[in-house]
Amino acid sequence: MLERGYLQRKWFNRIMLGLCGGAAGLGMLILALILGYTLSHGIAALNIDFLTQAAKPVGEVGGGMRNEIIGTFILVVLGSIIALPVGLMAGIFLAEFASPRGAAAVRFIADILAGVPSIVVGVFAYAIVVRPMHSYSALSAGVALAIIMIPIVARTAEESLRLVPNSMREAALALGITRWRAVVGVIVPGALTGIITGVMLAVARIAGETAPLIFTALGSQFGVQGFLKPIGALPLQIFRYAMSPYPDWQQQAWAGAFLLVLLVLGISIVVRWISNRGRM
Amino acid sequence: MKCNDANTISPGRMRSWRFSGYSRYSDRIFSNLTLVFALVIVGILLGLVVVLTIDAMPAIRRFGLAFLSSSTWDPVREAFGALPAIYGTLLSSAIGLIIAVPISLGAAIFLVELAPSWLKGPASLVIEMLAAIPSVIIGLWGLFVLVPFVRSPIESWLGSKLGFLPLFQGPPFGVGFLAAGIILAIMVIPIITAVSRDAMRAVPNEQREAMFALGATRWETIRQAVLPYCRSGLVGAIILGLGRALGETMAVTMVIGNSYALTASLFSPGATIASKIASEFSEASGGVFIGSLVELALILFAVTLLVNVAARLLVWRMTSVKAAKE
Repeated sequence: MLERGYLQRKWFNRIMLGLCGGAAGLGMLILALILGYTLSHGIAALNIDFLTQAAKPVGEVGGGMRNEIIGTFILVVLGSIIALPVGLMAGIFLAEFASPRGAAAVRFIADILAGVPSIVVGVFAYAIVVRPMHSYSALSAGVALAIIMIPIVARTAEESLRLVPNSMREAALALGITRWRAVVGVIVPGALTGIITGVMLAVARIAGETAPLIFTALGSQFGVQGFLKPIGALPLQIFRYAMSPYPDWQQQAWAGAFLLVLLVLGISIVVRWISNRGRM
Repeated sequence: MKCNDANTISPGRMRSWRFSGYSRYSDRIFSNLTLVFALVIVGILLGLVVVLTIDAMPAIRRFGLAFLSSSTWDPVREAFGALPAIYGTLLSSAIGLIIAVPISLGAAIFLVELAPSWLKGPASLVIEMLAAIPSVIIGLWGLFVLVPFVRSPIESWLGSKLGFLPLFQGPPFGVGFLAAGIILAIMVIPIITAVSRDAMRAVPNEQREAMFALGATRWETIRQAVLPYCRSGLVGAIILGLGRALGETMAVTMVIGNSYALTASLFSPGATIASKIASEFSEASGGVFIGSLVELALILFAVTLLVNVAARLLVWRMTSVKAAKE
């Protein structure tokens, strides 16, 4: 390579660096295209009826996704209620109590669980909740979302706890309190910003999940009927409407996509802002 | 500086915290409680394997290994085979990686080596935001924007110029393996970029300085000092991207066309394991039909498990090399 002419090397350098810059630009362009299209189409299709009315049957124009918006909210809360205790306690175990070998094993398992495709998690939730209870239900969808959420919460909680300096632990123990009081009263509060960041990111992730809902939540024409009945969800309805042949429904899919993007990216941006501020 | 092994960062914590002889009863209860919750994670993974295997049993017993090589899917006669779904999964992921890898590595090089410092933060943020967009929205965009664009000009152009290859023969549908591959590329670019960016960042500056001192250009420095140094991290990043692509469901289901066929043409509609499960599971009835779909899920689980373990080990080796050097 070095025996090549100087000019040739210089130009080769410029071309390759230019290509790298072009690749980064392409990544940003794709994001701009997707966001721009979703936002512009979505805002055109969005109206008050969309937010306040239930879905209308095929053939009737109008209607909205009120029930699905409420449904997504319920599912996210349900998933979080199941996932938070497990994720947080597992994170505390990894950061504070586990032996190095035990921690490595649990961490490895958590990473593997995080990599399981969400559709497979859906099949699992169907098998352990829907089939025994003989009904598609909000509960089964909550379980599926919780399984997706747990490893994310556990790993981010662990990483935030590890950032708490050891002097805090020693200071807490020097006051004569027990270790569990030190963890609950001093160390977890010290890591709270990081833990909340992780939880919010996990919430953003499960709010947009669709695949595990198809055969757990199923969707419902009758609105929210309780935890043991089928329930609608925003991403699920976007999928159904997008695949439908009716232009009116496709318009509503764009409006739903607009809301979902706003929700998910809004959470991500706020979280990033908080965690950056915390670091400075 | 994050580190995987607690030993190396905080020897102080080890002595004063974990293994001090003094331990109260309440402490033991609490630490065992956290252990129980950690074991819940292990239990979920084990439960997943056991439950999927049991539910797939009717299909496994009925078809045995022939399930993997048969390409029929006939719910009426209860004859099922996984070959077209496996083929579609591998083909769409391969197309996705072929498109995504050069773009991601280029973008990562730009972010680490070239971008002015004021641009690094915002550019990383944009690429990470791409990762946060829900897959159903990428699918929606793919269905209404990308698919018409793939039909014409992309497929009609490829068909007229490279139509002598079996890959590019057949009518341009728009929906199909090619559209699914492009969508997968869009979905894995952020993860490959982010992980390989971190790997390149871990390369010590001395490596670059040594190359510059020899009179190398920037590209030669990147090509001969930076990339070889973090090779295993880059391979790990690509394999992580592969794991994501194999299991991706919604966006692919929306653009692949959902036909169960085994053809060489990239233009033809097809199916992946994930899209097959997504589009048929809620209507499936009968033990063998459901069992076949669960067996598909089990195959997908096993493949992504292997891929993720491999990626994890490679990325770990990279970070532990770095930790050992410091």
